[in-house]
Formats: sequence, structure tokens, C-alpha cells
Amino acid sequence: MKRTITALVNNTSGVLNRITGLFARRHYNIESITVGVTENPSISRMTFVVAADSMENVEQVIKQLNKQVDVLKVKDITDESIVARELALVKIVATPQQRGEVAALVNPFRATIIDVGRESMTIQITGDHTKVEAFIDLLRPYGIKEIARTGITAFNRSTKKPTHDPYRLTLIN
Amino acid sequence: MSTNVKKKEQQTSEEPKQLSGSSMLIEALAKEGVDVIFGYPGGAILPTYDEIYKTGIHHVLARHEQGAIHAAEGYARVSGKPGVCIVTSGPGATNVVTGIADAMIDSLPLVVITGQVATTVIGTDAFQEADMIGITMPITKHNYQVRSVEEFPRIIKEAFHIATTGRPGPVLIDLPKDVSLATGMFDYSKEVNIPGYQPTIVPNRLQIRKVVEAVTEAKKPVILAGAGVLHGKASSELFEYVEKMQIPVVNTLLGLGSFPGDHELCLGMAGMHGTYTANMAIYESDLLISIGARFDDRLTGNLAHFAPNARVVHIDIDPAEIGKNIKTEIPVVGDAKEAIRMLLDEEGKPGDTKEWLDTQKERKSEYPLWYKEDGEVIKPQNLIELIHEVTNGEAIVTTDVGQHQMWSAQFYRFNKPNRWVTSGGLGTMGFGFPAAIGAQFAEPETPVIAVIGDAGFQMTAQEMSILQELNMPVKIVIVNNASLGMVRQWQQLFHGERYSNSLFPIQPNFVKLAEAYDIKGMKIEQLSDLKGALEEMIAHPGPVLLDVRVAKEENVYPMIAPGKGQHQMEGVKPQ
Repeated sequence: MKRTITALVNNTSGVLNRITGLFARRHYNIESITVGVTENPSISRMTFVVAADSMENVEQVIKQLNKQVDVLKVKDITDESIVARELALVKIVATPQQRGEVAALVNPFRATIIDVGRESMTIQITGDHTKVEAFIDLLRPYGIKEIARTGITAFNRSTKKPTHDPYRLTLIN
Repeated sequence: MSTNVKKKEQQTSEEPKQLSGSSMLIEALAKEGVDVIFGYPGGAILPTYDEIYKTGIHHVLARHEQGAIHAAEGYARVSGKPGVCIVTSGPGATNVVTGIADAMIDSLPLVVITGQVATTVIGTDAFQEADMIGITMPITKHNYQVRSVEEFPRIIKEAFHIATTGRPGPVLIDLPKDVSLATGMFDYSKEVNIPGYQPTIVPNRLQIRKVVEAVTEAKKPVILAGAGVLHGKASSELFEYVEKMQIPVVNTLLGLGSFPGDHELCLGMAGMHGTYTANMAIYESDLLISIGARFDDRLTGNLAHFAPNARVVHIDIDPAEIGKNIKTEIPVVGDAKEAIRMLLDEEGKPGDTKEWLDTQKERKSEYPLWYKEDGEVIKPQNLIELIHEVTNGEAIVTTDVGQHQMWSAQFYRFNKPNRWVTSGGLGTMGFGFPAAIGAQFAEPETPVIAVIGDAGFQMTAQEMSILQELNMPVKIVIVNNASLGMVRQWQQLFHGERYSNSLFPIQPNFVKLAEAYDIKGMKIEQLSDLKGALEEMIAHPGPVLLDVRVAKEENVYPMIAPGKGQHQMEGVKPQ
């Protein structure tokens, strides 16, 4: 199972090394990791997506993270109402004739074409994991030359709404 | 030497003042009440050693950094105070890695200061540079590299705080040479404030009440007392609680001494070479109350068969230990002393346990630890019993890892806390002898016996220099079976008697080796000479090395073979 965990950590050198080292030596698998400074410049937020066998395993990860002196707060936010985003850059094969077609795909996803070459296009997409996956899937038939993806970054929503909102129809998350 | 430190404290004014990094360190050590430092000098740590020279702070020179760190561990284990170790960069620092890992897994408070090359050349593979922060990250509770002299006082204060509070552990400070030479403002009065480090000391009362209820409901309760009881100084509380509730007690290897070994409710040590009674008590229990133990694999055996019918209460100061190996029904996060006090306050009632207690009593007399005497050949178990006899069970006993460790654990019958110093989790050969030196510093008046195997002793034998230099009365008893005993035992049992590199037919002359360090050496081969020799050893005011030739092929029993459950012990009775 995949779990999304956020941690607030001291923004000092070596902290990332401490955390990833901990994951490695306890045999926890990190699917993605994103680090960036918060509104407080001395604190960074890390967002991990981890693959775990069981909830006990996830609990151990959180406890071990909490033991680190440089870790201030750890939370498994998977089941909470959260805002989560990731970004992907996708370079595809696109002949001049196909450019219009690709542009038509880009629009409903609110993605952006950020570079166009003679035989290729580079598109930037942001959104939650499923949206990015869906978009990349649509681009696949053109031939993907390169993909660069960030991990997800996330925190809790201001208003606690249920995770699955039945009225949310838009693709743009 | 402690008077020196006191004098120093009086001189130290509380006013902030300008100091060099190295004098900051010595001032701070004095303020932390450090009365002995174990260490070894070298290039990058020279400014600090200059301060040691000038201030006369008590420094013990080991002959190898590994000796220094194990001595610091022995000191910490017996005194309950942080052991302090100072070494240089590069090889000096890497030589203490084993000791740091050992202290980490056995929760010993250490503050280790390693020299480092100057900040200007860090990362350039400079002379004697090693990345100690990277190397020790997984084996320290926390580590620091001092980047500027201004932050040094705060770092030292935090290091002592982190090492000694919560679950104790080693903290490393990597001190670049230029930082130790630079001058900055020294202010040691600020309170420690570490937002990311707030150990839970007082347990949740609701959880405690659940424990009380579980105890009343239980018909077959057992307490597993680990080293956490010793670190939390909770032995007298445990004693009071056990007397009141009449719950039998099983010890972990490191928890020996937390409850009197001679008490009728003490079932002895559990685990691979524990007593049959202790292992079966856990196996059959309906309530297992673990206090300050971490369910190490050598204790549990095959997890599928560990306490299969028990509701598990796990009291631990480290929340990460709870649920790590064993599913826990009632977790209690907090200090052992606080937790047991709260249990006592709750006025709970014991359950209907008469039958259970009778079973334990019967088992204890039916399945005592055993060995077969063999004429004039000295049995190692007999040696340990005789050491107990000549020291009235009052000595501090230190060991390495292996057969001699297990026999000491089985046959010394520790009745008091902090008399047992052993490398449990890491299982470090070469630990016991230098740890004995540290223990002797912690308790100068108590006899300290290093019970060591002939193989392990050769790993840190050079520390006999410390005994020679200071005429310390540490007694070394070599349990000499001319082999790497436990390895030999496993090769015999599980590797078709192929004794690969475990037999040591050629040995140094240990008596002569001792004499080379001006230490009284004796070799004993006959059982009839043993007791007299031990008495002579204890009576001798200085250090003694006793080379005791024991039965070479003696195995440690009873035993839970690897992969087996705790109810599948072998060798529970003489064959």
C-alpha cells in the first residue's frame, strides 16, 4: 500500500541524509520524496510517498522518523483531506502536423506547452498523482522521449471535507 | 581528581566570557560534572589536549581508541552518568565506531568528541579526514559537527541533554581543529530547547489503569524486566510492585540485577540460553508485562511461538520499540520508574494466580541450571559459581560476548542493580576488559572482575597498560578454552563439527603477557587449585590476571536452537 507522509524538519545540512539513511537501513521503500522550505525559513517540509506492507510498518516508519532530533512533526496524511500536487515534464515526439492535436489535449488538463522543437514538444503538467498519470497515458501514443517528475508535496486542506467529494466533477484538481 | 573538578567549578563564573573552542569544551565538561575522560590524542584534537594538559582535568589514556570508548561505556553503565570519550579525527574516530554502535544498541549515555580537520579543508580528503557525521548517523542518538565556535556551548549542552534523557544513547560531536582554536563567547547558562526532542517521561494514566485491570484479570502473569528498569533506576519500585502483586519476574540479559536473582519470584533470564522456567513462563503466560525491554531476537526465539496466549503490556520510554517486534495490546510510553510508581498508586489487585505461582516454584526446583562436574577438569560454570562465592556476589562483573558471557549471566546470580556490564545487543568481543576499567572508575571501592574469553581478551589486551599505570585493582579472569567457544559450539551443533578458524591451539602465554605489564599473573589448570587462586586474586591489592584452563568442549545449555520457539529448549536437564 502507498502512504503519504509529511514531516516538518529543521532546515539544516545533512537532514535529508539522516532521513533517507533511516529509510534505507530499515528497509522502507521511498516511492518519491519532495523537500522544500516552509513559511519559516529554518524549517523544511518533506513529503514522502512510501510503499509499505502493513499499517504496522507505516507506524514504525513514523515512529523512527519522530525519534530523529531534527524532525519536528510527522504525519500520515493519506486518509485526511489534503491538497497534494506533483509536477511532471514530458517530452514527446510530435511532428508539426500533430502540434494542434497535442494542444487540444493540453487545454482541458490545464497543462502548458513549454518548449517546441522540430520533432518534439515538452509539456508541463501539475496536479494530483492520478491526473498526472492520466495525462501521461494520453501522451503515450505520440511516443514519449523523456519524463521528469517531482514527487508529491502536500498538506491538509483548510476546511475538513471528506476525501472523496462526489460533486467534484472537474478534471482540474 | 574530583576535587580538581570542583575547584574548577568554583572558578567558573556564570558571566559569559571569551574563550577558545577547546577551553569551552573543558569548561563545559566541568559544568556537566564530568570527573573522568577516556581518550587518545592526535593531530586534529591537539588544541583540546593542550587544554587538558593546562587544566589537569582527569584524563585516562587508553592504548587504543576502542579501549577508551568501551571504558567510557563501562563507566556509564555502572555510574548512570554519561561516559565521555575524546579522540582525534580519521583513524582515531573510526576506531571508536564499534563502541558507539555498542552503546547505541544497549542504550548507554555517551558523549563522544572526535577531532576533525579544519572547516576550510573538510570535504577535500585531507590528512586524517573521515566523514564521522555520515559514518555515525545510524549508530548515534544524534550527532553534531561544530561549524562555528559560537554554537559550540549550545551543542555541548544539547549533547549531554540528549545522551542522558529519554532512552539514553551516544551523542557524537565532531570538532574541526579551527573551531577548537577560534575564540567566541562562552555562555553555558541558557536552558536547552530542542523542539524536535521531547521524550515522554510520565505515562498516560488511562493506559496505566488498563494495565491494572489486565493484572487483576490475569491468571498467568509474568513481568519481563529489561535494562530500562536499570536505566530508569526503578529497581526498588519494581521490587515493591512484585512483592505487592506477587507476579513472577523474568529478566532479559541486560536486565539482570534489576530484580534480585535469589528472590523466590525471580525465574531467571529468558532467551536462547535462559532458564527453562523463564522461557516457559513467557510461553504459557496470559499476561506479559514488559518493562524496558525491546524483544531482541535472542530473547524471543521464533516470534511465532513467543508468548502465543499472552496479552502484551509494553512499558518503554522509546515509543518506536512498542509494536516493533511484538504486537502489543496495552502500550505504555514513559519512564520505568514513573510507570511502576503509577501502577503502585493505583491500588490494583492481583488476579487468581496461586496455581501459576505453584507451577513456577515446581519448575524452578525441577529444572535448575545445570552442569556436570568432571573430576579435576575445571568446568566454566563452576568457575563462575566460585567467583560468586569469593566475592559474596558483590562484585561488578563485566564480559564480552559468547559462552563465558552466558555462563556468567546464568551462574553469577546478580542480586543488585548495576553490577553486570556486558555487550548485549551488539555482542562485541574486546568489550569486557576495558569496560571493567571504566566500571572501576565509577566504583573505586567495589571489586571489578572482567570475565573474558581467551579470544576476546586478545582484542583489547593492550589496555593492561592502564592498570599498570594507575595500579587499578581490576581482576581479569580468562575463561580459557583455547577456542572461540560459542562459534565452536555452533560449528559443532549446526555445521557438522567443521571447526573453521575457531580453535586456538597456539596462544600467547597470558601470565607472561600480564607480567610484561607488571601485572600479577597466574595460570590454573586443576580444580583443586581454583578456589585458592580466586581468593588470592581477590585479596591482592593490585590488578591480577588469572588464566583459568577450563573444559574445552563444554557447551552452553539449555538452548533454544535458531529458528525454534521458546518452548522448544534443548538440554534442559543433564543428559
